[in-house]
Amino acid sequence: MSTTTVAHHEEHAEHPSGIMRWLTTTNHKDIGTMYLTFSLIMFFVGGSMILAIRAELFQPGLQLLNPEFFNQLIGVHALIMIFAALMPAATGFANWMIPLQIGAPDMALPRLNNWGFWLLPPSAILLTLPFTLALFGIGDGALATGWTFYPPLSVQGGIGVDFAIFAVHLLGISSVLGSINIIVTLFNMRAPGMTLMKMPMFAWGWLITAFLLIATIPVLAGAVTMLLTDRHFGTHFFDAAGGGDPIMFQHLFWFFGHPEVYILLLPVWGFIPQILETFTRKPMYGYKAQVYSFWAIGALSVVVWAHHFFTAGMPVPALLYFMYSTMAISLPLAVLFFCWIKTMWKGSMSFETPMLFTVGWIILFGIGGLTGLMLADVAADAQYHNSYFVVAHFHYTLFAGGIMGIMAGTYYWLPKMTGHMYSEKLGKLHFWLTAISFNLTFIPQFFLGLAGMPRRIPDYALQFAEFNMISSIAAFVLGFSQLLFVYNIVSCARGNGKKATDQVWEGAKGLEWTLPSPPPYHSFTEQPIVK
Amino acid sequence: MQVLKKIGLGFAVMLASLNACADYAWNFPLPATPMATDTLHVHNKFMLIAMAIFVVVLAIMIYAIFSHRKSKNFKPVTDKAPSTAVEIFWTLIPFAILLLIDFVIMGIPAYHSVLMMEDTRDKATMVIKITGSQWRWQYEYMDGDAQGIKFISNLSTPKEQTEKGYQGVKDEHYLLEVDNHLVLPVGEKVRVLMTSTDVLHNWWVPQFGSSRVAVPGFIRETWVQVERAGTYRGQCKELCGKGHGYMPVVVDALPMAEYKAWVAAKKEELAEASAGADKVWEKHDLIANGKLVYEKNCAVCHQVTGAGLPPAFPPLTGSKIANGPIFGADGKYLKDSHLDRVLNGIRVMPAWKAMLNDTEIASVITYERNALGNNVGDMLQPSQVKEARQ
Repeated sequence: MSTTTVAHHEEHAEHPSGIMRWLTTTNHKDIGTMYLTFSLIMFFVGGSMILAIRAELFQPGLQLLNPEFFNQLIGVHALIMIFAALMPAATGFANWMIPLQIGAPDMALPRLNNWGFWLLPPSAILLTLPFTLALFGIGDGALATGWTFYPPLSVQGGIGVDFAIFAVHLLGISSVLGSINIIVTLFNMRAPGMTLMKMPMFAWGWLITAFLLIATIPVLAGAVTMLLTDRHFGTHFFDAAGGGDPIMFQHLFWFFGHPEVYILLLPVWGFIPQILETFTRKPMYGYKAQVYSFWAIGALSVVVWAHHFFTAGMPVPALLYFMYSTMAISLPLAVLFFCWIKTMWKGSMSFETPMLFTVGWIILFGIGGLTGLMLADVAADAQYHNSYFVVAHFHYTLFAGGIMGIMAGTYYWLPKMTGHMYSEKLGKLHFWLTAISFNLTFIPQFFLGLAGMPRRIPDYALQFAEFNMISSIAAFVLGFSQLLFVYNIVSCARGNGKKATDQVWEGAKGLEWTLPSPPPYHSFTEQPIVK
Repeated sequence: MQVLKKIGLGFAVMLASLNACADYAWNFPLPATPMATDTLHVHNKFMLIAMAIFVVVLAIMIYAIFSHRKSKNFKPVTDKAPSTAVEIFWTLIPFAILLLIDFVIMGIPAYHSVLMMEDTRDKATMVIKITGSQWRWQYEYMDGDAQGIKFISNLSTPKEQTEKGYQGVKDEHYLLEVDNHLVLPVGEKVRVLMTSTDVLHNWWVPQFGSSRVAVPGFIRETWVQVERAGTYRGQCKELCGKGHGYMPVVVDALPMAEYKAWVAAKKEELAEASAGADKVWEKHDLIANGKLVYEKNCAVCHQVTGAGLPPAFPPLTGSKIANGPIFGADGKYLKDSHLDRVLNGIRVMPAWKAMLNDTEIASVITYERNALGNNVGDMLQPSQVKEARQ
């Protein structure tokens, strides 16, 4: 791209300035930036909640928090991290990168896109407002049932539950709108020559994610609405006294909740092969195998939900079915791991920050996957279930497998998005601090779980003291080292650091790298053709 | 050779020391039931498989990371998209390995474990019922000599130790001690029925390997067969509100003879208590007894001072119900009276008639009316409670 084309593009970049630009924008890059900024802010909000919890758990005895407030923090931490940090981050990247990767000028439904984003801040406010209201003596604080809303506890709960139900509704609408937009974009706006089986892996990951969201979010919305009517309008969906069943809620919730895990992970699984391709300087191995594995995982994810509550009581055939179907997820996942490692094999690797995060991601997510395989076993699950073993397991999948993947993607595309390079030294420091403190936080939690410490308790027996102390110290290191991440992003966005080239990375391939860095406000005024 | 021996010895010592730790913090606690033994074996086996996969894959990655790098001038292989047949072959290898691990190496033992775990009835010689409530367990013996024995088990860690900011020494079994232990005979397979009066709970003793959710309105089942005499401790592991961390489980497993002696003693104790219902009590005795009952059962929510934790848990001090009449003007049972509320509960308040005996209910009501800042002046006799139950 020559400079003249850039100047030509800038002429068309007419948009309102100031706050109106962001409120009214229909530009996919602006919306993507808003999603990513929102996600980063909420990542710190959710993170500070968990640091308060880790401070409380630093030693036995109650020091800082009341049990009631503790229960509110754990649930809201999870909801914020899942719905307000991880999902918007993935959607932000989808907005930024999908049009660039498939050679489209924008998303297919730009106004919907704007609305999808602007539903998020109100729902984040809904989630956290009860904390503030409680300070003024209104209600008794936020949702205190954990993020899973299990009745009858959630029927018993205060106004925090209602606020959370409406927050989930809004977040759900936002996700469904985003998903519709992505599906329509991917099906209709690919550049000529880009068949579905030539789409970048990230686009594939999101396509499956979008279908999963559309399939499962309505079930969640239905379940929490039933909860709302049980709370206020005298229905008995989840009350045995009226012919209902509290466990039915768990079936409905996890019919959404298990696919949700893959909704969070599939976009990241799309980053990984693309980043590997760039930093190994060789094409990814087994593109088709990876795409088919995505399909298989998407399909399996909606038929394994009951493994989240094996101990709630189920007929033996159901236990066996959910055990074996859950184990079956490891098959396509093994293929994915094989392809990722085979891509690394005999490449010409260099280890810039995105690559470090990717390699670290493969290893740590591997631990999450393998412990997941162990959790599938019904008999052993009786011990693991609701112990710290599970807490450690799902942080390996969602922090390592989710957030560290998002970080890899951020470092990978940050120079493209801002036009400036981040400090490689600080990026690497950020990676090593994150990886080491993450392990020191969560490995002790595996042992705590095995030794018999239940999750969601504000205070614990003396035998759990040492591991909790290690875990808490490491959690604070983990939390504070994320400030480096913010520093790197902000300094790129402010134009510090050297200018990025169009291709940015030596081995980068794909349409997004053919545009200037940063790409013009309106990209692809001439449609690219994929051969 | 000598060197090899030394290394071997070193490894043996290392493994032995790992084993020594295995009792405590690095693995499941020492199993006490067949189910827990089975779980431990299954866990160890799976852990080994997971470790093996992890180490092999990591080794391959590390080899690639150190040798196939640009700084060593390693030229990337062209690795053109392999022919479909080859690609399928390669990618099917990990698929096949996992197929074997999932459904044969792990799947077959897992199948047997599930059947064993869910078989609650074969060879079971006795039945107990466990009821979870916010935030205590109730145990009831359903058959045999012990039939009719029924008691509540509350956290017995002194209140000041669990309060915010306590800096002193904590009990050895801090948060894992209760007033009334569940007592089970060694070697007998006990069928356990599980239910709840309010929200979900989960009765869990790590050394038993069994855990089951207590669902209000439903009966769930599991079983335990404790093989060694001893005291076993566990906790509720389903989030059940603010007292979730404060409802431990303590089980004493006794040899049959001692168990029988315990049953006899317990029955006598319960008979005595119900006999107490027929005698006429002095007011100060009721108040003194009521204070104990109150602090054990009621103070969690209504607080030791009676101030409550509004809005969820109303104060008793100055409460309309605690200061209102117990019986109607005609001397008959009055709905929504102090007695009715304690017996039958409302919303979050449990129905205590299933958990406390007549004397305890009469005492606690008398206490609440004449202490905690209330001064109604009347009293309630256990015989009146007995009558009201009918």
